[in-house]
Amino acid sequence: MELKPLVFYVFALLTIGSAVIVVTVRNIVHAAFSLMVTLFSIAGLYVFLQADFLAATQVIVYVGGILVLILFGVMMTSGRLDMKLKMERGQLFWGGLVTILIFALLLGVIRRTPWNVQEELGTVEGTTAQIGKAILQSEFLLPFEVASVILLIALIGAVLISRKEVREDE
Amino acid sequence: MDLDFANVLIFLVVGCVFVLLNLTVSRLLQTRLFTEEKYIPYECGEDPVGDTRIKFNARFYIIALIFLIFDVEIVFLFPWGVVFREIGVLAFVEMVIFIAILLVGLAYVWVKGDLEWIRSIQSGSKESEVQ
Repeated sequence: MELKPLVFYVFALLTIGSAVIVVTVRNIVHAAFSLMVTLFSIAGLYVFLQADFLAATQVIVYVGGILVLILFGVMMTSGRLDMKLKMERGQLFWGGLVTILIFALLLGVIRRTPWNVQEELGTVEGTTAQIGKAILQSEFLLPFEVASVILLIALIGAVLISRKEVREDE
Repeated sequence: MDLDFANVLIFLVVGCVFVLLNLTVSRLLQTRLFTEEKYIPYECGEDPVGDTRIKFNARFYIIALIFLIFDVEIVFLFPWGVVFREIGVLAFVEMVIFIAILLVGLAYVWVKGDLEWIRSIQSGSKESEVQ
């Protein structure tokens, strides 16, 4: 199958290309929509890692949730969608430096990690059932219930912080 | 599993190609004549009032925040639903606990009036001023 690597490279290119657009484009709404393409392509890359549940979660949470939140934030905080973003020279330098350092770090980690490589990839079943068993039947049960508490804290905290500003706004 | 996602990919590609093809054909066939009316946003034949880029009510932001939390909760329901029959009552009890904890959050935002719309909030704040 030569089609599979081709599809992978299309998704990889889409991810990087749209991410570059996110940081370079001047219109903040265009940046937000470009981010949608980035997050979508990352979901595609998860599929290539045989992580089907993670891919679906990526679409549901990031594309369906967080991106909407970002767009709302853009629409409500600035009140002006035609706000132009400017990139200054210093930003390009420091941003580029940090990017290169992070890239070097990731590359080092990738090269030093002993990967569990197999010659032939057998047929992989969906991971959803495995995850279900892991969070309901194994030692991950407690983290699963704790996740609920963390979500509760996040909900109350986020609402508490934003409520004050929203009501002052009105 | 790859095959399942190949279906998704085909839908994705067909969807994109369908739109592009239609726009291209329309572009080739259309007469290009620009009148002032064509630049007005289409609102069911009504003349639009004001700018399209209005400032949204910031209340939507809190609703979106609440949505996001329960979005994540729903994601946890999928693996649970797949293995529910296999595990049985234990899985049911575990999920009830999970949702019950988050329901506290829903009760909190409900009681505090974050799910209310503007008018009820304004009347609510007036009441508290009187008190």
